[in-house]
Amino acid sequence: MTIAAALEIALAVLVLGMAAWTIAARETFAAVVGFVAYGLLLALVWVRLEAVDVALTEAAIGGLSGILLVGAAARLRTSGTPAVAESPDGMLRVAAAVLAAIVAAALAAGVLALPDPAPTLAPAVAANIAATGLGNPVTGVLMAFRAMDTLLEKVVLLLALVGVWSLAPDRVWGGRPGPRHQADPLGVLAFLARLLPPVGIVVGIYIFWVGADHPGGAFQGGTILAAMWLLVMTAGLTDAPPVRLRWLRLVLIAGPAVFLVVGLAGLWLGDGFLSYPIAYAKPLIVTIEVAMTLTIAVTLGLLLAGAPERSA
Amino acid sequence: MMSATTVFGLCAAAAVGLGLYGLIADPQPLRKILAFNLLGSGVFLFFGVVARRGAAAGFGGDPVPQALVITGIVVAFSATALAVALLLRLFEATGSATLHATQTGAGTDPTEP
Amino acid sequence: MSFALDILTITAVSAGAFFFLAGTVGLLRFPDALTRLHALTKADNLGLGLVVLGLLPQAGSLRGGLKLICVWLLVLLAGATVSQLIARAALASTASGQRGNPL
Repeated sequence: MTIAAALEIALAVLVLGMAAWTIAARETFAAVVGFVAYGLLLALVWVRLEAVDVALTEAAIGGLSGILLVGAAARLRTSGTPAVAESPDGMLRVAAAVLAAIVAAALAAGVLALPDPAPTLAPAVAANIAATGLGNPVTGVLMAFRAMDTLLEKVVLLLALVGVWSLAPDRVWGGRPGPRHQADPLGVLAFLARLLPPVGIVVGIYIFWVGADHPGGAFQGGTILAAMWLLVMTAGLTDAPPVRLRWLRLVLIAGPAVFLVVGLAGLWLGDGFLSYPIAYAKPLIVTIEVAMTLTIAVTLGLLLAGAPERSA
Repeated sequence: MMSATTVFGLCAAAAVGLGLYGLIADPQPLRKILAFNLLGSGVFLFFGVVARRGAAAGFGGDPVPQALVITGIVVAFSATALAVALLLRLFEATGSATLHATQTGAGTDPTEP
Repeated sequence: MSFALDILTITAVSAGAFFFLAGTVGLLRFPDALTRLHALTKADNLGLGLVVLGLLPQAGSLRGGLKLICVWLLVLLAGATVSQLIARAALASTASGQRGNPL
């Protein structure tokens, strides 16, 4: 057994251990911490599977999920006791375990029965990537070959945000999300919130920009920018904007709107919806990505801030 | 025989099984959300195994499943954010985060401001 | 020359891994939050520093080496801030006599 294979088996065992801890831990807070650790280990698994873009996305979005779930676990801590009292009876647990085991066994059989040689679209991507002017094939697939999926995903993000905003009580409709965070202005958190965001913004823009030719992209960069905004809001250096502001809503629809406009322009200038004219492919893609990064950053930040809780 | 893809494929199958069990068996909604995310990440890992096996034409892996997984991770996060917002609103409106209506008693109306 | 650099990498990364191990043992064995934080931050900052030092000869270019050092500095910054905040929260909760806090 080579060292690499032993490393991978150890990594897989660790990942499964963290997954089991997430399910089996008694305290919800401990389970959430275990889930965040699981996400970070999973990023390592993605690197071993030669999918560096996915590893970056998993690490970034896993971090954001961690913030979301830790915050929820902290707010719900007082509600733990009545829910535990309604633990399901043994029969439901046994039935659930049997069902889970059957599904896992079926998937494992599927893994072992995967066809060899594996069917792949990599040659098709390699043949057509030169026309887009991009060097990173995953970005090429996201922005050119499966651009429809990416456009619809932006719309789904917006729909989720509208869903979160619709949970505001009537009297604070359109108000500011989340509580007003107060941190000691001379304290450690405020210091970090002044020192880290300039670095984080540069890193985020770099990761978005370099995604054209190396691992990276708009999602990863936008997530880092959202994290910096959340850090500044958590330290109390700025307040969450009221959700009825017009400029905020314009920024939120800028990403999908630019994408849609370019896509419709493809009907006239190119071969169909979302086809890019060959000469302008790279500049169009970069323009869409700039708008997308900004929209993703603001959308993810607002999704994490939550439903409006204070009137503006 | 035990290549990287087989090991991680079996890991994915186990993650899906664990997530499914947690989703059905744990009564607390936040634990269900965690288990649902675990289930989703197992499915994405499966996609990653398929992508790795499709390495050809000089790439380390087939880029199409990788792009699908990136889309899936972002969509799963937005669904989690909506689910957590719903849960927090339920907790605010009824004072306890449980899916059983009879636990709370004292006629609380979730639509009141 | 490259053999000596490889030896440096192996020893530095092994020493860093040892410090990570020591920090984890401290996390598991120490009695309360403040001592655990002490073990974690000392071990992880020094452990990560040694790992980065060991990887510098393998970085291939000056820019790659600078990026590695940046990673270490950012982790130092984040780790120091977070452990300060956790320590203050732990101190405040024990001062107010809370029992069974999750830390």
